[in-house]
Order: sequence, then structure tokens, then C-alpha cells
Amino acid sequence: MSKGVHFVTGKLWRDECLCFFYFQNGKGESKMKKEGQVRIPSGCAIAAVISTEGKKISGGLVAEAMRPMHDRSNGLGGGFAGYGIYPDYKEFYALHMFFDERATRKDCEAFLKERFEVVHAEVIPTRKIPAITDEPIIWRYFVAPLQSKVAAMQVEEEEYVVRAVTRINTEMNGAYVFSSGKNMGTFKAVGFPEDVGIFYRLEEYEGYSWTAHGRYPTNTPGWWGGAHPFTLLDFSIVHNGEISSYDANRRYIEMFGYKCNLQTDTEVITYILDYLIRVQHLTLEEAASVIAAPFWSTIDRKTDLNDKEKHIYLRTLYPSLLITGPFSIVMGFNGGLMALNDRLKLRSMVVGEKDDKVFIASEEAAIRTMEPDAENIWAPSGGEPVVVRLKEGVQI
Amino acid sequence: MSIDFLYPEFEVVRNMDRCITCRVCERQCANEVHAYNERLDKMVSDESKCVNCQRCVSLCPTRALKIVKSDCKLRENANWQNDGIREIYKQANSGGVLLSSMGNPKELPVYWDRMLINASQVTNPSIDPLREPMETRVFLGKKNVKPERDESGNLICKVPPQLELDLPVMFSAMSYGSISYNAHASLARAATEMGTYYNTGEGGLHEDFYQYGPNTIVQVASGRFGVHEEYLAAGAAIEIKIGQGAKPGIGGHLPGSKIVGDVSRTRMIPEGSDAISPAPHHDIYSIEDLRQLVYSLKEATEYKKPVIVKVAAVHNIAAIASGIARSGADIIAIDGIRGGTGAAPTRIRDNVGIPIELALAAVDQRLRDERIRNNVSLVVGGSIRSAADIVKAIALGADACYIATGALLALGCHLCRTCQTGKCNWGIATQRPELVKRLNPDIGSRRLINLLTAWKHEIKEMMGGMGINSIEALRGNRLMLRGVGLTEKELEILGISHAGE
Repeated sequence: MSKGVHFVTGKLWRDECLCFFYFQNGKGESKMKKEGQVRIPSGCAIAAVISTEGKKISGGLVAEAMRPMHDRSNGLGGGFAGYGIYPDYKEFYALHMFFDERATRKDCEAFLKERFEVVHAEVIPTRKIPAITDEPIIWRYFVAPLQSKVAAMQVEEEEYVVRAVTRINTEMNGAYVFSSGKNMGTFKAVGFPEDVGIFYRLEEYEGYSWTAHGRYPTNTPGWWGGAHPFTLLDFSIVHNGEISSYDANRRYIEMFGYKCNLQTDTEVITYILDYLIRVQHLTLEEAASVIAAPFWSTIDRKTDLNDKEKHIYLRTLYPSLLITGPFSIVMGFNGGLMALNDRLKLRSMVVGEKDDKVFIASEEAAIRTMEPDAENIWAPSGGEPVVVRLKEGVQI
Repeated sequence: MSIDFLYPEFEVVRNMDRCITCRVCERQCANEVHAYNERLDKMVSDESKCVNCQRCVSLCPTRALKIVKSDCKLRENANWQNDGIREIYKQANSGGVLLSSMGNPKELPVYWDRMLINASQVTNPSIDPLREPMETRVFLGKKNVKPERDESGNLICKVPPQLELDLPVMFSAMSYGSISYNAHASLARAATEMGTYYNTGEGGLHEDFYQYGPNTIVQVASGRFGVHEEYLAAGAAIEIKIGQGAKPGIGGHLPGSKIVGDVSRTRMIPEGSDAISPAPHHDIYSIEDLRQLVYSLKEATEYKKPVIVKVAAVHNIAAIASGIARSGADIIAIDGIRGGTGAAPTRIRDNVGIPIELALAAVDQRLRDERIRNNVSLVVGGSIRSAADIVKAIALGADACYIATGALLALGCHLCRTCQTGKCNWGIATQRPELVKRLNPDIGSRRLINLLTAWKHEIKEMMGGMGINSIEALRGNRLMLRGVGLTEKELEILGISHAGE
């Protein structure tokens, strides 16, 4: 385990003191709605890197990659997701949580203990810097679902975790789970992404895969939950764009038990991919063909009849999960990454390679920061998924 | 003059300086308003017969004619208005139910006009439909299947039967009998050309039109006129008509005078007999009976055709739709209070039912709340007047729209609202051969194609403005709508925010 994850003592005082600021800032002062009560469009920067051989990459690398794309963010949101960062707890769901005050945390811990075995709980270590202010209370819990409860609910274990997370995020005022996968974690805040990286001491974590996000919302989000990546289990999404299909997608996906509490594109895209891949058992490529479906004119021209039939099938079955408007996304999951552009390619996204590493970013400059000698830099076409997986046999 | 006499509603104004006594107006008016007076050597009018269909005005070669509303009225009274008093006189004279045609003309709120559409600015780009693909293709039918794979892991691409539409507009049910052969021919050809569907209505399918079967929805109504195995097999889908927006809760009545020749043969009833559809289907007294009829029709057509259930928008429409969505039906069609008709009791047309906008919003939301929106597609009608209405309907949650009055207007209807007399001067709502031939199906179908083509362009322009390049991404996308001048309650039911929010 990386050294930053050691139990940090003597930090409890922060609970009481900082929550006060947060509370006042987030809820007390103005009538302005916070994220979730209002939909906030955003522009963004994204970056990602993966070692297909599972070699360790420092979180500091991807944080630095965001620096040349500074102007694509406006200081109102930055975040990262790292995979393979908790090898010592890789069997446990790592819940990263924001709390507004100590009492909320205590309530939430009681809620968790009724449903999970909590094997480890700690404050997520941060570094106090002027660029990041008004932080909430930030904790992480490594948990295993209580099997008796899972059995009683008669659902799969993952569904059990999803329901518990959804319940906290929907019903527990002041508590928010912003990461819930195994052997992975999300780190996000209101600020510029490079500052968020320093704040969370990202250079102290090592993972085989990282995604990063800088946000340019057109409204003040008001709290940290709205920053990206957005995650569900080990799915994490970073997204650049403003989708025009939002409410069609939201109203459809909410039929299946998801609750779009944040009203962000990233949130709804995460749920859509979770639904298509985990619930409907589509492959990554099939899911990409649903959300960035080829145009009918393209499908009609296809000569491979099986491929044609498949696309007609997917578009007939999931019309409401088509996503229109500009987006470039990188989806992280245990064992790989998928990058995808909207079908008109209305947002920039480039991919590059070097040795065992694959890089993805909104701009080539970010890739060059991570690897000056990156090769094969190319811009995937709209709707063309780029799926990178760990090589076969690589154990994390 | 009698106690019932009221000065005619319209006046025929003839400019005698322009009139050349060509007698076109006389020949064109089936209501016999115009006549040539030999002694005076000029045209005279009996305006008491005039329905203001504008046929004579349109065809007068010297523009000598106009029809104006008469200013000879009873004393003004905000409570007892002219129409209300006229109707009392009529009923005091006849003892009968008042009949009317076409949609509700009363000043009910039109919510389409109280909703405004969004467009992209800065944060995401609008899309130019002249430069980029813009998709309006829609599939109607059940989508609630879970993907399955064969042994080698490939998807088994089987979905329940679907209707494929090139644009989300279909021609709504109008029976052969209520409208003419040439009107049906125009609708059938236009639907085929535009990649959409027309609907037989409850009068069966004329043998000449079986060739348009792939673009035909065949209707099964309570009278079961013209329903037989080949008829069911001929269409692309089958529609069970439970109700109609213009007359919820009652059946239809086509007078024996219209049951002549081909109409009689197509309906499979004797010439001259009144065609009376019962108010309910006598094999559907409850929702479980509906399920049986749905499955009977599916059995009869080997589960190859989607079944539509059409209902009028009434107070409890959300619960009714929920029941239908669980009945096995593939598509629900809902017809609002402003929907048209060939003949309906005036009181029912003007007072029974609810506006389609509210019904649509309530049904779409209810089906989502119950997680069964996927079980069915939703088609709405009952006064869809323009491409903007369509865009708003789709954004509220409809899969497609039905149009009928709009289609008839394209064919020449001037909305005089006297279809029930069977003397339609435009050759639409009539069976009189000399009138029917006035509607040329070549021209009629071309005008319908033009209308749909124009609407398709407009739909694409509005979609592009919103940054949406597929109609699928507009469906149920209520963030694209804002209300103006609506109450909190109306906004709540429509599920939209007020402009400025």
C-alpha cells in the first residue's frame, strides 16, 4: 500500500471546524441552488493513462497532465480515478465519502455497519493548500457486504452495494458516496485539477490506470459532489461535453432504479453504461453502439449483414439511451479503459501510445506532458470506441 | 317567418361589377346556395344554405365572391351567446341531439401554444441539418426484451414486431364511408411514399387498397365492420379502437345514405342500412377482456403485427394507459378532446374528455413511474397542427403523432364543420360521385407528401437547434420545453419548468 493511506491521527478536529465552513457555504447563505437541485452545463478537459502490463503509475503523472489544459477548466471542479491503488484491500469495496458534519458521519457509519462489515475506516489524507478551500469531511471505508443481508435481499452482491450507495446519496442529507469500487478510488474537489491532485496527495498513490478531469461549469456547483469523475462500483466516468439528450436519457434510466441526484451528464452516462454492461450484459463495444449509435444511413449501407442486424437490433431496443450532443468520455473499470466520442465528434479527443502505455486526452499537449515521446497519436472517429484492457494474464 | 327563424350565419357577398355569370359557383355548390336567375340575368344566393366551405370563393374566376359572417345578431349577452340560443331553437324545434363535425371549436386552452422549445447557445453546438445527418426514424412497438446470446456469444437479434416510421407522424383513422375513396387513395399513397402509415378507420379496407397494406393500419372497432382474416393480414398493424377524442364513451353512426356501393361491400353490411358502432365493444367489458381481444388478434396474425389500442383522453387516462400497457398491446394511441370527427353529438364533442397535452404528460410519467414505459409506444393525436406541435409532443414523451384534420386540410378541407351532411364540396367527406371526383388522388397525395416533407424539414431544423440529431434523443426530453403563462399545477402535470427557471 502506498504510504499516503496510513491512518492519519489527530485530524478529528477538522470534522467540527471545517464542517462549519462547509455548512455555511453550501447551504446557509444564499438562495442559489446547489448541484442536484439545478442542472449545470459544463465544458471540460479529460486525460487518462493505462499500463497494459499492469505497471504502477504515480497519480502525480496524470495530475501534471492536466496542467497544460488549464484553460479548459475554470477552477470549479477537478478529479481523478485510480485503478489498482488499494492492493491491500482489493477484496473490499472502497467507499469514499463526503460528510457535511460529524453527526452525519456518525449516522452514516451506523447505516453502513448494519449492512457491511467495515474492515477499515480512515480520513483520506489531504494537504492544506490555498487553492482548495471549504473542504467537507472526507473519509474512506473498506467494506464487505453482510452476506446474510445480501441473501435476504435476493440480489447479487454488486446490486446490493449499488442500492446502499443510491440510498445514502438520495436519502441521507449531508452524506455522499463518491467512489464505491474495489481496488480503485476517486478523488475530487472544487478547484483546478492540478491543485486537486496536490490536495489529495495523488503522487503518493500508484495504480496501473488513471483518469482525470477538469471542469468548466457554467454555474457555481456549490459543493464537491458535482466534480468528476462520477463513479458507480468500479465504473468511473470522466466526460467533456454537454449532452442534448440529457432528460430523455435521465427519464429512461430512472425507470431502472437509478436516481440522478446530481443532474449531470456524467452521472447519467455512468448509469447508462452500468445498466447496459452490468444489468443487460452488453459488451463494451455493444454499449458504445447504443450510446453513440451509428447513423441509420451508415447502418443501411453496411454489407456485413450480421453487423447490420446487430445495429438495427440495438437501436430498436435502446432508442432512449442514444446520447446526442457533444461528448468525449473515458470510462475506467477494473482491468481497462474505454474512450468514446459522440457520433459527430463534437469534442476533441486524441489517443497516443508508448511501450506498454496508452494515453487518452482532450489535447495532445496533455499526452506529451505524460510522455514526450508518445507515438501513434491519432484522433478516434465519432462513435468509435477505443477499448484498452490489461494484457491477458496480468494480475493486479 | 317562424319562431325558429334566425338570420343566416353567413352572407354571400357578390361583387356584381366582377361577376360574369359564368355559373361556376352554382355548379360547385352542393348545398345549392347559388342559382342563376334568367329574368334578371344574374346570379342570386340563398345564404341560409351556406356552410362557408369557401368552394365558390376559391373557384370564382373573377374573385367576385366572398363569404362573411353575418352581423345580424341577437342582442349581445355574455352568458347567452348566439350559438347557445341558436342551438336551443333547433332543439326546441326538433327534439333531437345536436350533431357536429370536426374538432372542438371552443376556446379550451391549447397547451402546445403555452410551451416553448429550447435551442443551443455556446455551451453546446446547434447542428445544421443541411450539413449533418438528422434522424427522424422511429420504431413503434415493445422494447421490453432482455438481450440473449447464442452459444458463440452473439446477440440473438429478435425484437417484438415493430412499425418503422421515417418520421414520427402517421395519418389517423378516418373510415372509408366517412371520407371518400379518393381521400383514402391520397392518404394511402402519401403514407407509402413517405415511409409512414395511414389508418383505415372502422370501415374496412377497399379491395383496391390492399396493395398499400405494408403502410396501412387496419382498425377493429366496436362495429367490426369489414373485419375478416385477409383484412387483418393485409395491414402492417392492427388498431383496436376503444374511443375517439371527439366522442369519448360513444360509438359511431354512419347514416344509411352513405352506405352505398363499395362502402356497403367494404363494410360488409347491406346498402342503405345505418352503420351503428356500439358504444363499448361488446366483448370488452373490462381490462381483462381487452387482453383477450389483443391476443385473439395476435393469434390471428401469428404474432407478426403490433397491436395498437386507441383510447380517448379521459380523466383517468394514466391508470387506463397503465392497464393497456399490461394488456399485451404494443402501442397505445391517445386521442385528445380537440380531435376531429365526421359526426359527433355536439355536447359530447365539446365537453367530454381532456386535452391531449395533459393526457400525454400524465401517461408518459405514469408509465415511467410504474417502469413499464418500455412495454409500449405512445402515439398521440387530437389536434396536432404543425411541426412545432410534433416536436413538443415528442419532447413530452410521445413516440409519434397521429394527424387527421391537418391531412384533410392539405387535401382541401376548409374546416366548415359540416361533414355530417355528406355534401362536402371538396370531395373529402362525401360519397356522391360528382363530388368525390373533385379530389384528384394524384394531386391529393402530392399535397400530403409536400406537407409531411415540409414538416420533416421543420422538425429537423428545431432538433438541430437543440443540438439533437436523432428524434430518439428528443423523446421525453422535457428539459427542452418551458411553459409560459401556466399555473404551478399545469407545470407539474406537464412535468416542465416555467420559462426563466
